[in-house]
Amino acid sequence: MKKKDYFIVADKKFKSRLIVGTGKYKNMSECAKAIKISGADIVTVAVRRVNISDKSKPLLMDYINPKKITYLPNTAGCFNSDDALRTLRLAREIGGWSLVKLEVLGDKKNLFPDSIETLKSTEVLAKEGFKVMVYCNDDPLMAKRLENSGASAIMPLAAPIGSGLGIQNKINLKIIRKQTKLPVIVDAGIGQASDAVEAMELGCDGVLINTAIAKAKNPFQMAEAMKYAVISGRKSFLSGRIKPNLMGSASTTGSGII
Amino acid sequence: MKNKNKIKITMNGKQISLNQNLPLKKLVERLKIPLNKVAIELNKEIVNKKKLNQILLKNKDKIEIVHFIGGG
Repeated sequence: MKKKDYFIVADKKFKSRLIVGTGKYKNMSECAKAIKISGADIVTVAVRRVNISDKSKPLLMDYINPKKITYLPNTAGCFNSDDALRTLRLAREIGGWSLVKLEVLGDKKNLFPDSIETLKSTEVLAKEGFKVMVYCNDDPLMAKRLENSGASAIMPLAAPIGSGLGIQNKINLKIIRKQTKLPVIVDAGIGQASDAVEAMELGCDGVLINTAIAKAKNPFQMAEAMKYAVISGRKSFLSGRIKPNLMGSASTTGSGII
Repeated sequence: MKNKNKIKITMNGKQISLNQNLPLKKLVERLKIPLNKVAIELNKEIVNKKKLNQILLKNKDKIEIVHFIGGG
């Protein structure tokens, strides 16, 4: 029997290779439904102040059960290492999670990661026992440094966060995948299902999608499309594709032709 | 008239006036905050949620209470 193809991050096994973000939905119930349809086992969540003046506001945990779906706390909105560390320490305190997504941004317009602050934070967090999945640029050298600093997963961008531009640098992603033992998850920039297929066909271990689902005209249908795209891309990758040829090769034998 | 028994603290960026020596636990209960879904920071130090009763609030204390919201 063939071994089951689990997605393994920090020694934890997951069935789905699609990680879904929980931001930008119209409301919590839309978000919860889209996640269910996507089949994701992991969702990213952000840490923010409790609204102390309006306690009627619904809580994420009331819609998405953290016992059934793994919460991956992130550091969205952090532009330096200190803020990112503070956020993740608080996140761990909320629920005891140590699996986290580190994201230290450097520019408010293009939302590219600040590599120096990201590297610094990764070192500290790994020493504190966090399992750090690190959002980074599609830079193979930085990816290697992050791995050497104790990262648990490398999460290179396909294109700027929320841009929907799709994979811009296939070669870099391939090199990052080839050189590391860690899971590589394409994070940010996916726009449509074919982008997710492409990421998986490059050999990446997973894909993280938020805006492409949340802001699609029909988020539920897009959640389903992404679910199958990731499965399809993974199977295609594992199947061992044919060698591309410049010239044609007939599908039907010529022998016996009339 | 200024009440000497009152203190001012900042909670999630908002100033609140309270009685002196109020345990943090009382304040959290008063605000009906579900403790299992939040983390609390007092003057930038994370607070052990089991020891909230032992923490008596002082003037100019800064409290942050955070939880998870939707994010990418």
